[in-house]
Amino acid sequence: MFKYQKFLQRGLVVGLLAVGVAMSAAQADDDEEYGERQSSKMIGENRGRDMYGVQMNAKFKAECSNCHIAYTPNLLPAESWRKIMSGLDKHFGSDASLTDAENKEITAFLVSNASNRWKAPTSPLRITETSWFKQKHNSREVSPAVWKNPKVKSPSNCGACHTRADKGDFNEDDIRMPR
Amino acid sequence: MLRKFHLATLAILAVGGLSALPAWSQTVNETMAAIKSDAKQDNPSFTEFSAARGESFFKTKHGSEWSCSTCHTDNPAALGKHAKTSKDIQPLAPAANAERFTDEAKVAKWFKRNCKDVLDRVCTPQEKGDVLAYLVTVRK
Repeated sequence: MFKYQKFLQRGLVVGLLAVGVAMSAAQADDDEEYGERQSSKMIGENRGRDMYGVQMNAKFKAECSNCHIAYTPNLLPAESWRKIMSGLDKHFGSDASLTDAENKEITAFLVSNASNRWKAPTSPLRITETSWFKQKHNSREVSPAVWKNPKVKSPSNCGACHTRADKGDFNEDDIRMPR
Repeated sequence: MLRKFHLATLAILAVGGLSALPAWSQTVNETMAAIKSDAKQDNPSFTEFSAARGESFFKTKHGSEWSCSTCHTDNPAALGKHAKTSKDIQPLAPAANAERFTDEAKVAKWFKRNCKDVLDRVCTPQEKGDVLAYLVTVRK
């Protein structure tokens, strides 16, 4: 009986150790990922998913949709948003500066809802420069003729094909390539 | 106790309701008057704004790639188009868009941004007033 108990105990220790090792491996993997830890609590990847599950920020929606669609925070890692928001006076060739209070509020919203699965150790300023974007829009997926269509004009014009892009929803079922 | 709670709730709701309103809501004339007061302060010999000068300023390039009319078009009562993104820009002339020039913070924000893009500097109160004087003459 005593022996059996000891065997069980030993088994439990080995088992717990194994779980511990597995957990720290997962942790290390997680640490390699780019982005904010708090958003990695979300189950599954948030990139390209619609924003309905997220507490929308009215200032973000109003300010960031004046000149282009309000690109949803989950399309870039947190560090990208920090960089973008600290250089708004020279925002891709335009002055898009905000008041300090607006900037602070919108940055906080972007950072806390940034991509939760950013594996590359990069923080690009353009969504279209990310390897993920390029892979999803390679010549097999999108023919070069589509990019030349004046209705598309620029790869940053998500809404030309992704009909629900303004909602942050990039579901393949909603893609309509313009003719 | 209950009444006290209700009063507190009402007070909070009232303050919340007030703060939900735009910070500054004013008429186009009030906006013009504010720019005029800035112009007088900026230049003691200031006399008047000129719609003709404003129109020419609006439609001319000032050393950079864009003029005001690049995005707002030569007809400020028409729908504009962002030069880079092609996104629609609602008409700028108050006759075609009653919201224009009624929010002091918004006016300041966009003059700052767009003057930087078009002139690579801030606009003087005289320039802003001339442009607004022109825009209020535009009919639908």
